[in-house]
Amino acid sequence: MKLNRKWLHEEFVDLSHVSDKEYVETLTIFGQKVETWERMDAEIKNVKVGKVISIVRHENSDHMWVCQVDVGEEAPVQIVTGAQNVREGDLVPVALHNSWLPGSVHITKGKLRGVASNGMLCGLEELGLTLNDFPNAILDGIWILNGEDCAVGDDINLVIGNDDTVVDFEITNNRPDCYSIIGLARESAAAFGMRMKHHEPVVKGSDCGSIFDKLDVDVPATELCNRYSSRMVANVKIAPSPKWLRQRLRANGIRPINNIVDITNYVMLEYGQPMHAFDYRYVSSGKIIVREAEEGETLTTLDGNVRQLKPGMLVIADESKPIGLAGIMGGENSEILDDTTTVVFESANFNGTSIRQTALALGMRTESSGKFEKNLDPMMTVPAVQRACELVELLGAGDVLDGIIDIINYVPDTKTLPLECDKINRLLGTDISKEDMVRYLDLLEIPVDGDTIIVPSFRPDLNLMADIAEEVGRSYGYNEIATTAFKTSTQGGYSPFMLLESKAGSLCRSLGYSEIITYSFVSPAIFDQIRLPADSGLRNAMRIQNPLGEDTSIMRTVALPSMLDILSRNYAYHNKAVKLYELAKIYLPTEGETLPAEPKMLVLGTYGPDATFFTLKGELEAILTGLRMPKATYTAVKDHPSYHPGRCAMVSIDGMELGYMGQVHPLVCKNYGIDADVYCVEIDFSKLFQLRLPDPTYTPLPKYPSVSRDLSVVCDEAVTVAQAEAVITAAAGKLLRGVRLFDIYRGVGVPEGKKSMAFSLELRADDRTLTDQDSEGVMNKVLTALKEKLDAILR
Amino acid sequence: MKQQLENIRTQALAELAAAATPADLEELRVKWLGKKGELTAVLKMMGKLTAEERPVMGQLANAVRAEIEQTLEARKTAIHSAVLEAKLASEAVDVTIPGNAVTLGHQHPMNMVLDQIKEIFVGLGYQVVDGPEVELASYNFTRLNIEEGHPSRDRSDTFYFTDDDSVLLRTQTSPMQIRFMENNKPPLCMLAPGRVFRKDEADATHSPMFHQIEGLVVDEHITMGDLKGALVAIMKKIYGEDSVMRFRPHHFPFTEPSCEMDMQCHKCHGTGEVDGAVCSTCHGEGWIELLGAGMVHPEVLRGCGIDPDKYSGFAFGMGLERMAMGRMRINDLRLIFDNDVRFLNQF
Repeated sequence: MKLNRKWLHEEFVDLSHVSDKEYVETLTIFGQKVETWERMDAEIKNVKVGKVISIVRHENSDHMWVCQVDVGEEAPVQIVTGAQNVREGDLVPVALHNSWLPGSVHITKGKLRGVASNGMLCGLEELGLTLNDFPNAILDGIWILNGEDCAVGDDINLVIGNDDTVVDFEITNNRPDCYSIIGLARESAAAFGMRMKHHEPVVKGSDCGSIFDKLDVDVPATELCNRYSSRMVANVKIAPSPKWLRQRLRANGIRPINNIVDITNYVMLEYGQPMHAFDYRYVSSGKIIVREAEEGETLTTLDGNVRQLKPGMLVIADESKPIGLAGIMGGENSEILDDTTTVVFESANFNGTSIRQTALALGMRTESSGKFEKNLDPMMTVPAVQRACELVELLGAGDVLDGIIDIINYVPDTKTLPLECDKINRLLGTDISKEDMVRYLDLLEIPVDGDTIIVPSFRPDLNLMADIAEEVGRSYGYNEIATTAFKTSTQGGYSPFMLLESKAGSLCRSLGYSEIITYSFVSPAIFDQIRLPADSGLRNAMRIQNPLGEDTSIMRTVALPSMLDILSRNYAYHNKAVKLYELAKIYLPTEGETLPAEPKMLVLGTYGPDATFFTLKGELEAILTGLRMPKATYTAVKDHPSYHPGRCAMVSIDGMELGYMGQVHPLVCKNYGIDADVYCVEIDFSKLFQLRLPDPTYTPLPKYPSVSRDLSVVCDEAVTVAQAEAVITAAAGKLLRGVRLFDIYRGVGVPEGKKSMAFSLELRADDRTLTDQDSEGVMNKVLTALKEKLDAILR
Repeated sequence: MKQQLENIRTQALAELAAAATPADLEELRVKWLGKKGELTAVLKMMGKLTAEERPVMGQLANAVRAEIEQTLEARKTAIHSAVLEAKLASEAVDVTIPGNAVTLGHQHPMNMVLDQIKEIFVGLGYQVVDGPEVELASYNFTRLNIEEGHPSRDRSDTFYFTDDDSVLLRTQTSPMQIRFMENNKPPLCMLAPGRVFRKDEADATHSPMFHQIEGLVVDEHITMGDLKGALVAIMKKIYGEDSVMRFRPHHFPFTEPSCEMDMQCHKCHGTGEVDGAVCSTCHGEGWIELLGAGMVHPEVLRGCGIDPDKYSGFAFGMGLERMAMGRMRINDLRLIFDNDVRFLNQF
């Protein structure tokens, strides 16, 4: 909401002694945050009113003129102009040497076809103005200032009305009253410990009859229209508004049009009450009906667009057709024209939500709808229409008819609240006296009668003690409230799950993996990209009904694609070796539950010269060990659609499936545009959390030495290390303390289709030193078992 | 014989002094002290001496032997340390050669900042909690006093999953206030960081997904002064003890009174100008908005079964991205979610 300070000073509260910076700072701290502010004269510099003393034809041009212009300096200034509307004796705007015009245009002296020109005579547009601002000027030529009440040497900014500051406030949506000059004046005055001046509109009236003889208003849509107030004006003479009114509109960003339209806009700014003016000629049968639109109805609005209306949208209609979109924009069919003679002013109170939804549905948010959607004070309609009529009389724009039509569809009621000083002080942590509280409220025009606060209708946000505490607190000054330190007995900390997450992150980083953060929503195309079959349960994802785009339209049920997406991006950036991890939530719709389960996945992804299946597996093992997990089992999976059929393992612990690791399927890599071997891990971290081992306890160190025995066996290619280890472990018995693969060999000495596996066995007893016989016995049992179970023969 | 012993001493000491290697020393030990060595040979002749001469010569012989042994030991130590020094000298390396590379991964800058913030709060007694991102409208809006028809509920602002707008992606971490108050009894001290979602196209300052940190304190006699005290202390821990803070009235439906907290711009010190130009850090405002806060609205407390006549509290919420970007001087929000390793490796 904009406010020009001059209007404030002239009409409501004189703060002209306060600098812009102090004003802005004080209002911000008081609770009306200033977003931006600017001096209106910042753009135009060194442009003065000059009087053309003489004008002669340019010696080298048949269309240019050489003018001698008096700008109040000792000697006249010579300026060459191409304009044809300048006469001797005219007052004109002169941009002198080294002057600035809107749009950062810099004017300096120079020569035009050999003749010196020490500046420029300006037209309206060069000064950032339009015919709406100065209707007596012309567009094609110099702006002649003869009628503008100015003198030679005056700064043009004074003529334009730029000697002003425009402050733009961020209004919070609990304060609809502040979408008006009066509301901001009230806040401004209170912020400086003053009270604003109020003006009660006075309408003299005329002998042109009564509104009740000409107009009938019916409001069947009682729910959507709280109040409808109307007055009429006859003998209207459409003309430009006076300069002071045009300037106030222009300062607040509104284009002056004509006296009647300008009055409605002026009152909207001043009171915050949007108004509309209809041309009575086009209100068929003199009847206004405020109703919901009917299916299929259309209305051409003032901006020339044809609007398709629907039930639920509130319209202002006459007997036959809609003539306005209530609270948003008038209809072209009842617009004020130059020959309008009788006007109906509408000052109404519409349901904010309805206006907002209609504006949204039609994609036409206007100044008016923006105000209505905040739910305005219904007590404002009559003063506003009175003010409009007062201005009509002041401007001599027409004769106001007797009477006000005022239809009220709500029960006005005066809200009161007890003034609970103790509770307010207890909530704020202050010791403010009752007298001070009453004074603060009085400055804000909130009357207090004894211990009762009478809540004014323009403050619908005041409903309980805490609301009053805020008014008292901000008047006292938030920054004046002493800071205190409370004591509570709460124990701070992280959940065990968070601690494990944090540990997992540290482990990943210690292994060279960097953390990524990816979007929770993804494209439905990911399922095809990772080659999930059409009937995969993972395709059942939460779907956003109103996504930003297809790319972010479903909640991910699988975390791998987010990782692949980032790997792909890094690959495209030519990053050579990449190791990344994420603890990523996935969102799994759950039968019988409204909200999905949101487990976390630990995802690792890598490509680069050092990336191999076994590097990744070793790293995963290190992470699981670091997280104190029981030993994991890795089972070959040949049919996971996203992974290389020969290089994929299902990871499980104690029979619980945790996820997968392995080389990403080359076809998937291709889908992501990665021409490299990519390795990934996806582990359900929420399951992992349940599996973690209790904190360790001490096991006594061995008293007797262990014996290390190596063995190397030749077996079929198909035999896995895990199988061999299982046989060894089972056969060796309780003396075996560890078995470790240390070599796999294929080649000379080993037949085709076979391989040699070498294991190192650690044997130990707790109660004695092992003899050679002991270890021989174990090794024989192991060899026999390997032969029997796996057809593996000592090499 | 005496002369012989004197000769042995002189000669042995001279030869020991000349010895250069442990092998030389060993040779000399055998030569002079060995079973077949010179001294032994002399001592073998002791039997031929008189009873008076024998103790005198014996004493002398022992003295010579002791002296040779001591010298031998001393030389051994000296030669060994010389040998060690030579070995060490030959093993010298160029310490400026880079170490064998061990690549450490990097934490995402946003989580780095989040971790620091969480640590501060935990130290002050806050319990860190997490909650659902796909949320019920009742938690995200209704129970926070955000009524039906409120603009923030619009489909142009909020992502919905159901026709009746009852299930959504949470637009703020504030529903965690409700969830925490529902499941815990005062005194409460909660910190709830997490993802939130709003329908904004991604650009340098917007993202449809971002992070907030929500805080809540509820106990008997909590005041606005306590809110100020707590937030000033915490923000000074984060931004430095010399930071200047201020509070401005603001509006949130679920707190009353409400406020926003600003920090004076550290670059222009509140003037809004640097070298005559508009300060690029605060865009000329002189202040940087840190967070929104307020006293928990009585209706919100009541809705969670907490008696507002007995308990009061404060709540606050801040944007993590803005904090991380400010602290790490990251100038484009898209970098955060781009995850380019050249970016990540900087932190």
